[in-house]
Amino acid sequence: MPEVLDVAVRLVVIVAAFLVLPLVAGQMEHKVMAHMQARLGPMYAGGFHGWAQLIADGVKFVQKEDVIPAAADRRVFGLAPGVALVPYLVVMVVIPVGPGLVGVDLDAGLFFVLAVMGIGVLGSIMAGWSSGNKYSLMGGMRSAAQLMSYELPLVLAASSVAMAAGTLSLPGIVEAWQWWWLPWQAIGGVVFFTAGLAELRRPPFDMPIADSEIIMGPMTEYAGIRFALFMLAEYAGIIVISALTSVLFLGGWHGPLLPGPVWMLLKVFALVFVVIWLRVSYPRLREDQLQKLAWAGLVPLALVQLALTGVVRVLAV
Amino acid sequence: MTETVPSYLSPTGQEIVFLLLGAVAVGSALLVVVTRQLVHAALWLVLCFGALAGCYLVLTAEFVAWVQVLIYVGAVVVLLLFGIMLTRAPIGRAADLDSGNKIVAAVVAIATAVVLVTVVVDGFRTAYAPLDSATGSAKELGSAVFRNWVLPFEALSVLLLAALIGAIVISRTDIRGRD
Repeated sequence: MPEVLDVAVRLVVIVAAFLVLPLVAGQMEHKVMAHMQARLGPMYAGGFHGWAQLIADGVKFVQKEDVIPAAADRRVFGLAPGVALVPYLVVMVVIPVGPGLVGVDLDAGLFFVLAVMGIGVLGSIMAGWSSGNKYSLMGGMRSAAQLMSYELPLVLAASSVAMAAGTLSLPGIVEAWQWWWLPWQAIGGVVFFTAGLAELRRPPFDMPIADSEIIMGPMTEYAGIRFALFMLAEYAGIIVISALTSVLFLGGWHGPLLPGPVWMLLKVFALVFVVIWLRVSYPRLREDQLQKLAWAGLVPLALVQLALTGVVRVLAV
Repeated sequence: MTETVPSYLSPTGQEIVFLLLGAVAVGSALLVVVTRQLVHAALWLVLCFGALAGCYLVLTAEFVAWVQVLIYVGAVVVLLLFGIMLTRAPIGRAADLDSGNKIVAAVVAIATAVVLVTVVVDGFRTAYAPLDSATGSAKELGSAVFRNWVLPFEALSVLLLAALIGAIVISRTDIRGRD
């Protein structure tokens, strides 16, 4: 009985985190962007900085008519938001927040995370194809191209940490982490974070969405709750990438004075802030620049990091 | 693999899940071939690979399962979809997806399946491997590949490298063959 209770509590906590953290990230994005661009946005709903506007938006999304274009492939169109969202929920199960505070400690947790995150992009490809809209189709194609080029640096950078720690389990990696890994794995960290951003199709890597040329890419035909699910998937993705970067490269729950989970949350939200900051500061990369950055920039850097990790590992141990 | 074979009449939970996943894999694989919609075929392939990964998981080969999802679903199917969308991706049924060779193809497929199943059943009839979670872990797998099976591994690497170089040579227009 205690085991069942233990599993149940863990699942409830993870689902709660999944429902709350992306919303916090979303609200943070609205507010941080507003202040960086010296505009306020909704400030009155709920009192402090208009926090209740988010709830009002949610209610509005639920009330909207569920529109499916006549030319769409209805089944795939309906399935796509779920395929985009669920993988991030599943990934949260294996992300450790503190010593022992993890949904499941998988033996190959790192590969599990990378594999499942790749499925999320399938949702946007499915949406792009099934909408029966040429802009959506172009968005879907760009998503696919982007996933194929950025998956490789992502996996290479992540394997460098796995090599350093000698394990593929995420809690195991955090336990093995020491402060001097920060400079040692710095290149890998930057590559991982950048490639993660590209996999989420966040600005400056938002060529698949590119609102000024292909409207909203794969999401063009979506409205109401289905569109809200895509947005939720995006924010959940930001949380997952930030959490993974903290776990792999910033030492997860390690830190002085404060308790472990607090450090983890601090690191995650600092990275979320960086994600938003990048969106506000950089213009969108063109498709060819995007591919060039992945193949001529990130992949060689990730290989350099892998070689560095190997050399230090062999010399030090 | 020398344990005595347990009775088939009282299957364990693992065996039942394995059979169900196998049924899903075979069913979705059939749909890949039978469906008249090109993109649906690729999406059924996702389900097929997913069920196959589930089979590996039941057999405690966790690492292989995740790599299967990472490579086949995350890369191969995405590449397929990209290729389909780049060339033609009609919504709805495509009339030209039916082949005149379908009877011959079915006969060949069934014959291949019969041969493979017969060989496997005949070869491993009495072999029984107990499932314990240590044998499929990344560590065990790594040491097996790089200690006992390093020669096939290296041979495969060279093969893949050759294919890679070949692909580069074919796709680059500034490299010409000797006339």
